[in-house]
Amino acid sequence: MAWFRKERKPRVPRRERLEIPPDAWEKCEACGHTDIREKFARNLNVCPECDYHRRIRAVEYVNILLDENWEETEEDLKSADPLGFPEYSARLKKAQTNAGDTDAILTATGAVGGLPVNLGVMDFAFMGGSMGSVVGEKIARAGQRSLERKQPFLIVSASGGARMQEGVLSLMQMAKASAILSQLAERRIPYVSILTNPTTGGVSASYAMLGDAILAEPGAVIGFAGPRVIKQTLGQDLPEGFQTAEFLVEHGMLDAVVHRRDLKATVGQLLRHMTGKPAAALTAP
Amino acid sequence: MATASLDFEKPLVELERRIDELRRLADDRELDVQNELAPLERRLTELRSEIYRNLTPLQRVQVARSARRPFTQDYIDRCFTDWIELHGDRQYRDDGAIVAGWARLDGESVMVIGHQRGRDTKENLRRNFGMPYPEGYRKALRLMKLAEKFQVPIVTFIDTPGAYPGIGAEERGQSEAIARNLVEMAGLQVPIVATVIGEGGSGGALALGVADRVLMLENAVYSVISVEGCAAILWKDGKSPEMREKAARALRITAPDLYELRVVDEVIPEPAGGAHADHEVTAKNVREALLKQIDELRRLKPEKLVRRRREKFLKMGRFVG
Ligand SMILES: [Zn+2]
Repeated sequence: MAWFRKERKPRVPRRERLEIPPDAWEKCEACGHTDIREKFARNLNVCPECDYHRRIRAVEYVNILLDENWEETEEDLKSADPLGFPEYSARLKKAQTNAGDTDAILTATGAVGGLPVNLGVMDFAFMGGSMGSVVGEKIARAGQRSLERKQPFLIVSASGGARMQEGVLSLMQMAKASAILSQLAERRIPYVSILTNPTTGGVSASYAMLGDAILAEPGAVIGFAGPRVIKQTLGQDLPEGFQTAEFLVEHGMLDAVVHRRDLKATVGQLLRHMTGKPAAALTAP
Repeated sequence: MATASLDFEKPLVELERRIDELRRLADDRELDVQNELAPLERRLTELRSEIYRNLTPLQRVQVARSARRPFTQDYIDRCFTDWIELHGDRQYRDDGAIVAGWARLDGESVMVIGHQRGRDTKENLRRNFGMPYPEGYRKALRLMKLAEKFQVPIVTFIDTPGAYPGIGAEERGQSEAIARNLVEMAGLQVPIVATVIGEGGSGGALALGVADRVLMLENAVYSVISVEGCAAILWKDGKSPEMREKAARALRITAPDLYELRVVDEVIPEPAGGAHADHEVTAKNVREALLKQIDELRRLKPEKLVRRRREKFLKMGRFVG
């Protein structure tokens, strides 16, 4: 369940045009559409041609979802190597160098359209978004802050599952996150879960599927078992579109598939309904 | 009865064969072989203890998975009375990979829920090798809620390679079913004692494992991923014994490991030769542990019970900072 793939670097197209430097070009992983990086970025890294939602970093989701002046929290937590697992320390160092040192989740406090929230965003670029002790602890602390301040809690998931280098301790993070979510539920504090590509394994089988509302980005692969494992078990090909966000919504497992540009407004609308606030000016008729 | 079957038990098989032969000879010819028999039997006991004292983590995986080990139903038959099985999730179907029902432990009603494996092909078809579908977890949750309604303790037995990875399982929300159990178990207002009796495979095991006390049999294993899966992903070799042993060691999946990591609260001893060597003694040890734990938990008020359970899981994990 703890499988993950290496982040694929966007390939820089060979053909050079005009005076724009070659590394300013990017290519859509889905349809091959080539465009200036700037144009992808302005479109929140959704392909202007085919709407493919490209993978983005945790901090970009924070910027998309929260109003200005948000603050990062729990930034001092770092992964240890509690089991002395072969090659784990080296892999951690590499991940910290390549992806930054926030581990596979960034937590923040801020507001969605003026409504204060606590937010956790997983980052696939850090060891495939794998969930270990740090991810669990940051979720627990951010959730605890929501509990104390009676503010809604949001998690954006992107993960291949539990981090096997922390063994059963990473498995227990599923229970740990559930322990905090059960308290939020008891106190009627809203929790919204947003699933991005991919959300599988232990993350999907815990906090990702426990939202008072569960949203997903178009095309995101979501499931308990990875497609490879299922294919291997069954020895047959999987149906077209199996385990995509659209497949899940059709099977009743998600509330809605939401385009990246509409995420903030949708979350805001949901939170206002759940907290007894009047509709935001934007969504009022 | 010959109890040996695993590869590292070969020396035991040989000894047991000689003992059997001697006994048969003695019966046939009405000879007194006690003088010859006694040292062999002593040697067998010693050898069995020695082998089981020095099991490697991978050997423990083999023991934990053995079809000769006691399964959930064996504990139900031996540790409890007045058993009545309950079926179905009330939504889709009954999942044979999980058995559940009312039973009495020392006269008091409890709800027993556990993964159930099969001993032969026919039974494994019905039990799906102890790998539940979402409906299995939903049956478990329905009955945990029933236990809460009537204020009786919940006893779970964990024994699964994992939740079933398949098309139907995904369509019906395997992730949601497991996740729902975790969050609901974190808030149930009755005592919950979970015991890992064989293989505790990942999320599919944890879905019955968010308990006030987590017990584990001496040779059981509990892991975030199978040793084969781990070795295949990290070292591109999930088959060779060397790589599987490396994964088994690295993952720290044995009962003593988990006790040290504070994931498990008590290790239940197995008889020499493992649980499969003597179901009766194993069940007696399990029953005693359950009685002691439930007796302690019954004294706590529901709010305190739930608060402590949550605190216990909130403390899990190790990090810097
Ligand atoms: Zn495209």
